[in-house]
Amino acid sequence: MSLSDFQLVIGLEVHAQLLTHSKLFSGASTEFGGEPNTHVTTYCLGHPGVLPVLNAGAVSLAIRAGLALDCKVNRVSEWSRKHYFYPDLPKGYQITQYERPICEYGGVSIDTSDGERTIRIRRIHMEEDAGKLVHDASPGVSLVDLNRAGTPLVEIVSEPDLRSADEAVEYLKNLREVLVAIGVNDGNLEEGSFRCDANVSVMRQGATELGTRCELKNLNSFRFIKAAIEHEAARHVELIEGGGKVQQETRLWDTQRQETRSMRSKEDAQDYRYFPEPDLPLLELTEAQIAKERDALPELPRAKRRRYVEALKLPEYDAQVLTADPAMATLFEACVATAKDAKKVSNWFMGELSRLLNESGTKASAVRFSPAQFAALLQAIEASVISANAGKEVFAAMFATGAEPARIIEEKGLAQVSDTGAIETLVDEVLAANAKTVESYRAGKTNLLGFFVGQVMKAMKGKGNPKLVSEVLTRKLSGG
Amino acid sequence: MKLSPDQVRHVATLARLALSPEELLRTQAQLSAILDAVEALAAVDTEGVPPTTALAQAKAPRADAVVGQLPVEDALRGAPKAVGSSFAIPKVIE
Amino acid sequence: MTPTELSLFEVSQALAKGEVSSVEVTTACLSRIDQVQDALAPFISVDAEGALAEAKASDARRKAGQARGPLDGVPVALKDNIVAKGLPTTAGSRILAADGDARSLSLAAVRARTQGFVAPQDSTVTRRLREAGTPLLGKTNLDEFGMGSSTENSGFGPTRNPWDPTRTPGGSSGGSAAAVAARACFGALGTDTGGSIRQPAALTGVVGLKPTWGRVSRNGVVAFASSLDQVGPLTRTVRDAAMMLQTIAGADAMDSTSADKPVQDWTAGLEDGVKGLKVGLPREYFVPGMDPEVERAVRGAAKTLERLGATVREVSLPHSKVALAAYYVIATSEASSNLGRYDGVRYGHRAEGAKGLRELYAQSRAEGFGPEVKRRILLGTFALSAGYHDAYYVKAQRVRTLIRRDFEAAFADVDVLLSATSPVPAWPLGEKLDDPLSMYLMDVLTIPCNLAGLPGLSVPVELTGSGLPIGVQLLGRPWDEATVLRAGRALEREAKIERAPGRA
Ligand SMILES: [Mg+2]
Ligand SMILES: [Zn+2]
Repeated sequence: MSLSDFQLVIGLEVHAQLLTHSKLFSGASTEFGGEPNTHVTTYCLGHPGVLPVLNAGAVSLAIRAGLALDCKVNRVSEWSRKHYFYPDLPKGYQITQYERPICEYGGVSIDTSDGERTIRIRRIHMEEDAGKLVHDASPGVSLVDLNRAGTPLVEIVSEPDLRSADEAVEYLKNLREVLVAIGVNDGNLEEGSFRCDANVSVMRQGATELGTRCELKNLNSFRFIKAAIEHEAARHVELIEGGGKVQQETRLWDTQRQETRSMRSKEDAQDYRYFPEPDLPLLELTEAQIAKERDALPELPRAKRRRYVEALKLPEYDAQVLTADPAMATLFEACVATAKDAKKVSNWFMGELSRLLNESGTKASAVRFSPAQFAALLQAIEASVISANAGKEVFAAMFATGAEPARIIEEKGLAQVSDTGAIETLVDEVLAANAKTVESYRAGKTNLLGFFVGQVMKAMKGKGNPKLVSEVLTRKLSGG
Repeated sequence: MKLSPDQVRHVATLARLALSPEELLRTQAQLSAILDAVEALAAVDTEGVPPTTALAQAKAPRADAVVGQLPVEDALRGAPKAVGSSFAIPKVIE
Repeated sequence: MTPTELSLFEVSQALAKGEVSSVEVTTACLSRIDQVQDALAPFISVDAEGALAEAKASDARRKAGQARGPLDGVPVALKDNIVAKGLPTTAGSRILAADGDARSLSLAAVRARTQGFVAPQDSTVTRRLREAGTPLLGKTNLDEFGMGSSTENSGFGPTRNPWDPTRTPGGSSGGSAAAVAARACFGALGTDTGGSIRQPAALTGVVGLKPTWGRVSRNGVVAFASSLDQVGPLTRTVRDAAMMLQTIAGADAMDSTSADKPVQDWTAGLEDGVKGLKVGLPREYFVPGMDPEVERAVRGAAKTLERLGATVREVSLPHSKVALAAYYVIATSEASSNLGRYDGVRYGHRAEGAKGLRELYAQSRAEGFGPEVKRRILLGTFALSAGYHDAYYVKAQRVRTLIRRDFEAAFADVDVLLSATSPVPAWPLGEKLDDPLSMYLMDVLTIPCNLAGLPGLSVPVELTGSGLPIGVQLLGRPWDEATVLRAGRALEREAKIERAPGRA
């Protein structure tokens, strides 16, 4: 068999939790974790007689997501009930949007080996998250926790436009980056606030009809997503090459065994019996409401990268790293605004700052120094108040304490000696002590300058302004 | 419309209702009779008539604020079985 | 005169004048319950202590000059599908009753019943009644989850008709109707999905009002079919119904389908008469199999209105014949969805020894639901299932549009529609129990109103030769409860019912 005879086709469904305080249809908190069943109202428990009351904050975030993903935001959308029985679904149905979603027809750009491509988004709809089942906490029983039940989600459904596992991961990273940048989602795959299901099929190269697809679930890291898609594609190819047929089904990624397996338990429950939710009016949006969200939209990461490259003249790589975290980008721009030289600021951010953030496990949003302090530091180096090396030490201290660079320089005694008189005295001493070497220099061995600089700096305990030192030396050695 | 025993069984599975063999037979007969009566719908010309949905007028949604959470005793009151503050059910094998 | 013989309005006046205390009238209701419960079984649970405590508080408020309004101190009852904080709510179902509850409706049993599903919060209508100062006597019997027309589908046993205890009080709000007719409370709330307030009102000789869909909050009202359900009062008089509506109506932040319509003083124009009122008599509502005495009563009511200055004309609602079919598809579809939550996981009955999830669900639900509820869940599940969804559910909703248009056309010409409420007077218990279809036919005249979301009122107008009450139904334009109540009041004033039930 040969994988290269086949074209892999992938469509992704992403469930992203919206960063609201309260749930989609109840006033319960959306905070992650907590003792089981402490973030619930009667609605979350599916008590008799409870009714959904829509959260305006969730609607705003869904609109924002739609706008950021170039979607058409529908002025009218409709809630529906999707039915299935499972203990994590307290009412026996999930309120979702079925026939009329809030957003449609958008896209996410990805970079591929053949350049930039847009992966189309078919729709974005809002819906309730399910609760959680815990299987291993207590012998013989499974435990039901409804803290998460009803948390607002957007489900973002792509067209089957992706052609490889790498493209799928690229799409997800870009999508997540956008959602995080606009404050809609926290992008946390591990805690499950950003989840992905993959619809995978293969077709022979050149074929026009899509193959039978399988839906892959339980993909909670980019690594698993890639592995699961590749495993599943190979499984399909093997099946087809062996004369078999792919069954349309839902399959679970088994992290232990590194393979997908059938979820037979859910097989005969796939009749969701959708109908319009009679407990809610249509969701009607005004142009003003949509415009308000559009105005509130920050610059998106991709546009920001383009601007860094084109306007700030940064290398592509710098732009990539600096925009990966919105807080990092914000800080960077603030520092550029005060310190002016974008490339110089970038070097500090890519080098020292990244290292310090990494080592201390701090987030860019929690950095303690101010852009003004950063500018002062660059200024001090520029003006040779301190050496570049001392600058790094000052920066580390600013990072740790948020103290003014001037104070750090003073406390640590890092200021360079730029007093010409003092330097001349020392230079004279060094030249006097090394008369032979001076002769050699004057006979033409000018590369001995380094030796003299070293000697002078040593005498100055490293605090001499190296530029001044070599100026004075050069002058005196050439008979001045 | 006459339902077959298999159809009744399928619907009962979807609805999560266990039916005894006698109940199944009785249900089959009664549902078939009701569906015959409902057949009258098919004769109505509804060409171009939209289905009734969303009777309620659109309403301004509520502000995003935490309100109305239950004390955990209230949440668990009446639970057939609870462990800690979780509802407990027979072990689910996935 | 014993205080229980007073109407809600009269007792309100007597309380205001200090002629009686709330404790006195509440005690009178409770002893009336003691007298009738074993024979008629209107209640599922009685909260004597709670009601008396509220009565005492009401008397204290009144003494302090802080009475809250006309209903302060007037004891009422709730249909047991309306939740009240701290009280059990069964919806007439074993699935919400406490395991081990023998589900008896004996006086001793209903007074002792405190277990089962107990809501941690009030429904909106309960809260509004409490805020108005009404002592809540207890919760009344009903067909399980409101599914039935005779109260025989209650998991706790049937309620009997105070006019003839061998007969049904109608349903599903049969407990509320019987409690009001038997003078065990001054008013009771019911719910009406396909006639469940109006039909039992008609069969027990009381007034029953189903408000416009969206007029009264459904928050905390156990859902049967959300797009059809509406809460309303059952009372002795039209004025009483108007007073109760005024207390419970109005927009509610907890119910997104409750309308932002002003709460009116519906008692204000009650006595204005019907001069100039245009009354329509829907031709299709004189159905085959209608009791001749009932038909005579409707035509008599039309004559009365004419005599009082109204104009009466025949109108046509051509899709009436298929309303029942559309209703049974839509109501059961929504019910199959609304009842999915009763799964034995978080509250309610759980089957013992169930192995695995599938069995836990199927067995708990099989044990917890009665036969009619199961039948409707299955019918609704079928109507929504893949392959049948369009032919049944969507088709029924299209027909519903036609039914609504019929009413719109009719109301372009007339102000109210007059018909029988039930095609027949109260029938003997057990008579239709084995034949669901014949039972469904009992709602044929009340159902279209729910499909169109209109306000509907049943008013008793006369007794049959054998002494059973007959009610007529008045339907109005959406949000026009005022006209319906005014016309109903006119008929009430002319009604030929000179005696109370249970007394020859
Ligand atoms: Mg999906
Ligand atoms: Zn989803």
